[in-house]
Amino acid sequence: MTTPLVEDPAPAGAGVPPVLQVESVSKVFGHGPAAVHALDRISLEVTAGEFVCLVGASGCGKSTLLHLLAALDSPTSGQLAVQGRTALMFQEAALFPWLTVGGNVSLALRLRGVPRGRRRPLVASLLESVHLEGLAGRRPHELSGGMRQRVALARALAQDADVLLMDEPFGSLDAMTRDLLHAELERLWTDRRFTVLFVTHNVREAVRLADRVLVLTSRPGRVAASFDVRIPRPRRIETPAVSALAGEITDQLSREVRRHGHA
Amino acid sequence: MAMRENLAEEVAGLDALEMPAVPTVSRPVRLWKAAWPKLAALAIALALWQVVVWSGWKPDYALAGPAATFQELWDRLLDGTMLTALGMTMRRAFAGYALAVLVGVVLGSLVARIAVLRTAVGSLITGLQTMPSIAWFPLALLLFLPSESAIMFVMVLGAAPAIANGLIAGTDHIPPLLLRAGRVLGARDLALYRHVILPASLPSFLMGLKQGWAFAWRSLMAGELLVIIANRHSLGEQLNNAYEFANSAWLLATMVVILVIGIAVDSLVFGTLDRAIRRRWGLIDPAA
Repeated sequence: MTTPLVEDPAPAGAGVPPVLQVESVSKVFGHGPAAVHALDRISLEVTAGEFVCLVGASGCGKSTLLHLLAALDSPTSGQLAVQGRTALMFQEAALFPWLTVGGNVSLALRLRGVPRGRRRPLVASLLESVHLEGLAGRRPHELSGGMRQRVALARALAQDADVLLMDEPFGSLDAMTRDLLHAELERLWTDRRFTVLFVTHNVREAVRLADRVLVLTSRPGRVAASFDVRIPRPRRIETPAVSALAGEITDQLSREVRRHGHA
Repeated sequence: MAMRENLAEEVAGLDALEMPAVPTVSRPVRLWKAAWPKLAALAIALALWQVVVWSGWKPDYALAGPAATFQELWDRLLDGTMLTALGMTMRRAFAGYALAVLVGVVLGSLVARIAVLRTAVGSLITGLQTMPSIAWFPLALLLFLPSESAIMFVMVLGAAPAIANGLIAGTDHIPPLLLRAGRVLGARDLALYRHVILPASLPSFLMGLKQGWAFAWRSLMAGELLVIIANRHSLGEQLNNAYEFANSAWLLATMVVILVIGIAVDSLVFGTLDRAIRRRWGLIDPAA
């Protein structure tokens, strides 16, 4: 069930061309002795329709990798290849406060080139898909954190991206809201079959959601191990199967973190 | 599918619990809560003024009482002299302010966008704001002689830096997360400017506009006192005449008008806009 690897983790669906390919990518911030190696020759592949979670302790460059994939930043060296478009969700909803909930979703459509007349029905159906129908006219500040994050999800879906990059999107939510959002995300992913690369430091969350969990080393970030998750869906976070695998991954992660204590 | 329906219901339930409850206060109550301290302060100010007049500290021609002042104001409103002067002053105010906004916006957006320009004149713009506008008048009079242009020149110099600064500060203080969100959505260059940078800097820009108005209004009053143009009746010119005739009721009545215009524009125009933006952005505590 687990295949801890040190180098070149094989993609889950062998033979299917990867939708997302990271090859020996490094990212260095700053210069000279003060330079920080956020990512060091990291390589990974994600196949179309796959749900991959990246877990790692602080400083493993998880967010940096997503920023590189979303073209918010460029790598110091190495190759990145993404087939199709990417959307990125942040830990905070990052909604525009000057727009309504519907306006935020609509802007994503507009910037994608969807003509004005077609935006309104699309906004309505996108909001419905995250169970926020009827709230299009509200302001972001009027919603709870979980609802705002669902608006952000609807906005990301509005981009109609092939790859959804998620940077600890549920990290600041309470456990109950997070469970519901896991179910929502799983449902949307099952229905729409996009590819997800999901960053988290919560190992259970990773096992709850992913087809495959990649463990990253810290400073510099590299893939230390890959775990295939073969627990049938829909899953629940409190089942023994999820706990067992999460325990195993946590052990791997602890070994990684301990390594730094000795250094 | 039963599980999915459960999920939808659970989501709806949690949403209902999490929607912040907004206490509603009726409109008359809210208006009264906002109005009574102002009315009380006004009454106390008038009473103090009356007490000083009664004390006989200064003769009538130097310090008229509230009753004489408001009688004078009423008469001058009825005979039209006040409105003629006010009309002239407001025309100048709008023209000068409009030009200041234009100059301020062009200057501000250039400085905010171009790094070299920022290094070159960024601190100069802030410095210009500290320059008392009246100090520009001798130069303005040399350049333009006593004319409308001289007044406009000083108004623009007084107001444009504040407006430009508001715009620059606004673009500087945009949360990086919002910029990133905009870029992730595919907004680059001009689209990013239009859909993210401009709306995000609106509150600060509005503050600049408000401050710019205060500077423009002050410069205008100084200008009208110094630059008297024949047969152009304005509020500043009225102040000057009232002084020449030692008519303190007329003088004070004109001052009341100047004060009221300043407060009205500040609170009715800019105050309303500011509150509207802050309410939309959720920057007002609904319980307060």
